[in-house]
Amino acid sequence: MNVSYLELLKLAAPETIVVLTALAALVVDLTSTRDLEARFRFIINGMIACAGCVAAIVWMLVMPAHANALEGMFVVDPLTQVVKIALLGLTLFTVLISMDSTFTEHIGEYLALILLAAVGMMFLVSAEDILMIFISLELTSLSLYILAAFNKRDVNSAEAALKYFLFGGMAAAFTLFGLSLLYGLSGATNLGQIAAALEDKGLDPLLIVAMVMIVLGFGFKVAAVPFHLWAPDAYQGAPTPSAAFIASGSKVASFFIFAKVMMIGFTGGETNGVHEIAGSAAWQQFVSGWTPVVAVVAVLSMLLGNLVAIVQSSVKRLIAYSAIAHAGYMLIGVMAHSGEAVASLVYYAVTYGLTTIGAFGVVAVVEARSKDDQLASFAGLSRRAPVVSLCMMIFMLSLAGIPPLAGFFGKFYVFAAALKTGAPNLGLLWLVILAIAMSAVSFYYYLQVLKQIYVADMPAGAEELRVPVLGQVVLGLIAVGVILLGCAPNLLVGVLQASIKAAGL
Amino acid sequence: MNELPILTIITLLPLVSGIVVAGLGEHRKLARGLALTSSFLSLALVLGLWRSFDGNSGLLQFVEGPHAWIPTLGVQYYLGVDGLGLLMVLLTALVVPMSLLASGRVADRPHVYYGLVLFLQAGLVGTFTALNFFHWFIFWELSLIPAFFLVRLWGGAARAAAATQFFVYTMVGSIAMLLAFLAIFLATSEPGQPGVFDFITLADMARSGTLEQLLPAKLGWIDLTARKLLLVVFGGALLGFAVKVPMMPFHTWLPAAYSEASSPVTMLLTGVMSKMGVYGFVRILLPIFPQHINWMLTPLLWLAVITIVFSACAAFAQRDLKRMLAYSSINHLGYCLLAVFAVAKFTNAPQFATEKAAALNGVFLQMFNHGLTAAALFWFVALIEQRSGGLRGLNDFGGLRKVAPIFCGLMGIALFSSLGLPGLNGFVGEFLIFKGVFPLAPWAAAFSVIGLLVTAIFILTILQRVFNGPLNEKWSKFPDLTLGEIALLIIPIALMFVLGLYPRLVLDVINATAVQMVEQLKF
Repeated sequence: MNVSYLELLKLAAPETIVVLTALAALVVDLTSTRDLEARFRFIINGMIACAGCVAAIVWMLVMPAHANALEGMFVVDPLTQVVKIALLGLTLFTVLISMDSTFTEHIGEYLALILLAAVGMMFLVSAEDILMIFISLELTSLSLYILAAFNKRDVNSAEAALKYFLFGGMAAAFTLFGLSLLYGLSGATNLGQIAAALEDKGLDPLLIVAMVMIVLGFGFKVAAVPFHLWAPDAYQGAPTPSAAFIASGSKVASFFIFAKVMMIGFTGGETNGVHEIAGSAAWQQFVSGWTPVVAVVAVLSMLLGNLVAIVQSSVKRLIAYSAIAHAGYMLIGVMAHSGEAVASLVYYAVTYGLTTIGAFGVVAVVEARSKDDQLASFAGLSRRAPVVSLCMMIFMLSLAGIPPLAGFFGKFYVFAAALKTGAPNLGLLWLVILAIAMSAVSFYYYLQVLKQIYVADMPAGAEELRVPVLGQVVLGLIAVGVILLGCAPNLLVGVLQASIKAAGL
Repeated sequence: MNELPILTIITLLPLVSGIVVAGLGEHRKLARGLALTSSFLSLALVLGLWRSFDGNSGLLQFVEGPHAWIPTLGVQYYLGVDGLGLLMVLLTALVVPMSLLASGRVADRPHVYYGLVLFLQAGLVGTFTALNFFHWFIFWELSLIPAFFLVRLWGGAARAAAATQFFVYTMVGSIAMLLAFLAIFLATSEPGQPGVFDFITLADMARSGTLEQLLPAKLGWIDLTARKLLLVVFGGALLGFAVKVPMMPFHTWLPAAYSEASSPVTMLLTGVMSKMGVYGFVRILLPIFPQHINWMLTPLLWLAVITIVFSACAAFAQRDLKRMLAYSSINHLGYCLLAVFAVAKFTNAPQFATEKAAALNGVFLQMFNHGLTAAALFWFVALIEQRSGGLRGLNDFGGLRKVAPIFCGLMGIALFSSLGLPGLNGFVGEFLIFKGVFPLAPWAAAFSVIGLLVTAIFILTILQRVFNGPLNEKWSKFPDLTLGEIALLIIPIALMFVLGLYPRLVLDVINATAVQMVEQLKF
């Protein structure tokens, strides 16, 4: 195998830029900004981190590449580049909403970890080889565990991180076990080769074990029931910007790779129009395979996520349970496993990530002043901080799926893709109906938040919230993005479809 | 096309001014002034549109687009109005300033209130001008959000439950409709080419029978026969509109929402929002699903009759003026439904074409007239509430005629218009509807007449209990209308007379549209 390292470096330039930025932020913070006030340190190093992200984005825009290095170890095509750009965008916003926080004085380390997690996600997106997938997953997860524990002074943060870590470790073990079985069955680590080796084997019992293990591992990453238990605690306990990153960037990358593994690796030969290994989750026509497994996970996630979110009194926990529900909707997109479905899934995940970062940003603003994230702390926010309240309204309505915001189009597109896949007999209609019914339930709790903000009276003695200008600008930008992507979804969808065609999925 | 995109401007104007008003902060006078200015500007624009509209053509005019919006999903930016659309846009432009003028007493966060009203106007205008399902649906849903908050934040004591019920009902209807159109979208999509969302093309496909072949050929759902599948899709679309109008038995949200919302908001709900449902029936169901309405004709006709008769009886049983008028709204729109269903009746006999056109003209007129009259009536109720400190029970008053003769006279005119007295606007629409429906569906029309009778009874009861009889001493100081109020109220009242005596003013614009719609109803 001939590898030109120079070529590889060129392909991996965006990742390299981000790694170098992470190191730069670390070094600058250790050497020159150590003695400054925390706020300035955050601004200086944050700007370095942002510059790195922007540089990597610009690199990808200017130098589009299309190559498959080392037999799927590192695949660069238009699709992965779009997803990477989206990931870097989410990272950028995460850094921006952290600028105002005071939970740590290890600012360089904090930013470096965020960037390293982003690198892990970028490699994950590019991987088509199970070894590489596992390594990148671990790089991402380990960085995120530490990020969750970053508030050293807070017991909850430590508890959240420990829970996240223990669950994550176990899920990683399951994934690894599943992957090793897969290797044993097919003798290959490349997804395409695995698919070819499994082509005429049908549903081997051992393959079923491998498949379930892998679904379990990814189910943990995307916080789907029954592997969701870490999510509410981690979201609530972790520092808010870390939680935002776990909820957005990590989710986008995980969903993308989940769909990719399932689509490339696990379709198998076709009989009667049904992929043998994928099976079918169509109503009254279940064929065993991985789609019914994912269907069960999706149904449970939508039901539990939405119903439990109703009774939450902490906004972060509410967002966490709603995240579980959203994972359920997105799994419908995974199940549809077609090119169109991937486009809809990426659109959904990216817009969802953006909205969630925004929502966490607002929570961070409120939390900084009232020291907790209870619903009651949001009472009368519209009078104390009108701009932030307006942004929160946009985020909540988008999450609830109200047109013309991005959340509506995301749901619409995922459901349309799912229906199209089961086309001749609308097999997935039952899931879509359930999803729509459950998103109607979700209105209730999103409106609860808005009710506190807009209807409830201010607590006595509360004064105007001073929100830093930067914070307002960032939240405003995210809100505009949510509206824009909702009104003109073709900005993203057009690019996605073109790149999926180019990538040949 | 380099013409001015006038419809876009009419839609965006309230949206932009809504943002400005809501962003201003709590300057009550300024917010109100700006909102009123914007609404009058819209009215002026729409009147300009009305003048330059060619009434001899039933075709879409002022068309914008279709411009590609989301090409991958076949979504286009496509606007246009025919006589019906224009009439509804005009109604919106009329009722919004009426409602704004009536809501002078909003003290709590006026800037948000006026902003929301303007957003609602934008949503309504968008709904009445959009010609692509996706685009139309966005506005349809968008109008729900401000309406929800207007009921939720400025309503009466039980507003929370009413607003939630209103929201959940309409949402369920919308979702059913969305699924139905998704099915159509999937059925009409070819590999490499998105499906069809455009109402005009869909109507063409329905006429040529393509839609009917495509749906069962491309879709299926647990061994449904082709006919049943078509009915399921039709049922989904029907539910969305039936909830909005509302058609019994999907009406239970309405009395609560109308009576709990503050009266100016109710003016908007009943004056314009309820027309969205009827508009959907005429613009979407009738051209795209005529066959399906026809299959279900008998049950649908009887549902319309039930709506008409029962809501009139229910209104008679109420003791709260707003609830009475709410049920009376259901009753009035029931006539529209009756006519729409009757028009879809399968018959190609040429003599029926005139009857159908008459019935459709009646529907359009009734929509406009009811919007105007109901808005005026709720305005009067708002004035009564202001004077009585919130009381509005049927038996709380008595003999007001003696202390407030002008009030009584003007409200009496509005009530008589609602009753359908010849010479006032309410009569023309109902007359045309019955003229058209009798030959098409004699039994249904005959039973609906009971509704007319009961309406007359309960409206006379209102007049008697509130304005006549011995003066309730409590109200011996009940102030009559001020000059300013008279000046404002005289406009809708005058319109009632004008339309009652000279309905051609509107008929000239809508007749060609109605005739064309009937022509296109080929089976």
